[in-house]
Amino acid sequence: MNRAGSAEEARSLPSKVSVRNLNFYYGGQQALFDNNIDIPEKRVTAIIGPSGCGKSTHIRVYNRIYELYRTHRAEGQVVIDGKNILLPSVDLIDLRKRVGMIFQRPTPFPMTIFDNIAYGLKLHYRVGRTELSDRVEDALKRGALWDEVKDKLGEPANALSGGQQQRLCIARAIATEPELILMDEPCSAIDPVATAKIEDLIQTLRDNYTVVLVTHNMQQAARVSDFTAFFYKGYIIEFGATKQIFTNPAERETEDYITGRFG
Amino acid sequence: MRLRSRTQRKVADRAARVVMVPAALAGIAVLAWILWEVISRGAGALNLDFFTQLPTPPGMEGGGLANAILGTLLMTVLATVIGTPVGLMAGIYLAEFGTTSRLATAVRFTTNLLMGTPSIIVGIFVYALIVLRTGHFSGWAGGVALAILMLPVVLRTTEDMLNLVPDELRESALALGAPRWRATLTVVFRAAKTGLVTGILLAVARVSGETAPLLFTALNSFYWPETISEPTANLTVTIFNYAMSPYADWQQKAWGASLLITVGILIVTVLSRFTLRDRKSRTWSR
Repeated sequence: MNRAGSAEEARSLPSKVSVRNLNFYYGGQQALFDNNIDIPEKRVTAIIGPSGCGKSTHIRVYNRIYELYRTHRAEGQVVIDGKNILLPSVDLIDLRKRVGMIFQRPTPFPMTIFDNIAYGLKLHYRVGRTELSDRVEDALKRGALWDEVKDKLGEPANALSGGQQQRLCIARAIATEPELILMDEPCSAIDPVATAKIEDLIQTLRDNYTVVLVTHNMQQAARVSDFTAFFYKGYIIEFGATKQIFTNPAERETEDYITGRFG
Repeated sequence: MRLRSRTQRKVADRAARVVMVPAALAGIAVLAWILWEVISRGAGALNLDFFTQLPTPPGMEGGGLANAILGTLLMTVLATVIGTPVGLMAGIYLAEFGTTSRLATAVRFTTNLLMGTPSIIVGIFVYALIVLRTGHFSGWAGGVALAILMLPVVLRTTEDMLNLVPDELRESALALGAPRWRATLTVVFRAAKTGLVTGILLAVARVSGETAPLLFTALNSFYWPETISEPTANLTVTIFNYAMSPYADWQQKAWGASLLITVGILIVTVLSRFTLRDRKSRTWSR
């Protein structure tokens, strides 16, 4: 199942996101220090590291969702498809259509299952009713949820189980046809069986999407990702092919972390 | 180190209960007493005429308070129509957009002051603002006074209810590419909907029993409120006038009106409890 890339592959692949000298501040407190990373296109990149090391903070820059809070501030360059998305001229709605996000806890909207998926679609596309239901069905299929919900599309999404809710959120994000999908510890609030389903889903996503997966679960990173970045205290300590990071890390901190000496 | 005495703890526990349970019961007892008095004295006044007829002059039997019932309803609706949108929008501003800005802090502070302002002062304020300018008492003025009293209640509950909506839900909507206003109206607002309805119902319940602000604005009337540009009959000022009168028939009608208002407020409050319970079982759960 694991098609973990090699270090050479990492260098040869086109990158979807190129981060240069990214610094991030929560008010006066700096949380990220000079982050540099190239996220390979159509691969799964895992971000691991102990709590509070800046994993989530880092990916929350990619869709500029941090701007919801007025004290949060990012400096540096985040180039997605050749464009620095930190420039004020960037259209946030367009950016967020291209960069989807999944959160720690499932966030179904207080509406029906159908309307949850249709929500993002209607934001970005003018669609007729039949095309809308086709698109919803397609998204739910790609979210590996269709079989479980096809007979209750009109029911409130809150009635689904936690794992189903999270797959609904993934389907909702996929529906708007993003190119990059950010996942912020998507399985941390979900039981092991549901987690396995989501991991399978992530595997299928890499054919069409670039996935960045923040996880505190190292086995998960090893299972689903091609590349892994290790974060520590706001610095990117090491980035490389997952197999190499887990079997032969170059840095001392990485080794200590994956062998369980801290974190 | 010695173990603390278990008996001593048990005695202290008992003593605390002996003090607190009667205190809790006292609260219920007062309410029950009021209800009992209002029902036993007011129920006799309630008949078909009470709801359908105009008041009769003192000394003449019969008649009712239909005009006052209608007037109270009209002014409460007017207050809701004015006070609710303003309160909702201001609450949205505080919770979603202003948050810690200077304007938001100032609004929050003044809202607290307004919430604590005695209603009679609001009445006098509207008297000076509208009644003196227009030259006569009117239902409009009464509605505006009640709206001012509703405003802080609606505003605060709106802010509180929106704050209960987890940030992740906002972020999810924004992360899909929703503009802020759309995320607020279609996702955040919907998640808080039942809580918002509860807040409005409680605000309605609160103002529908107000007397002092109406005394200076709508005053009262013995006639149908044909337009609300004239002094408008209402239940609370009627209670005030009738209860102070020397006529037994009027006094009994005052009891009847008291019963009607009490039951009305009780119904609205219970209704709001129901929507709140509904909310716990249905909306966004963590």
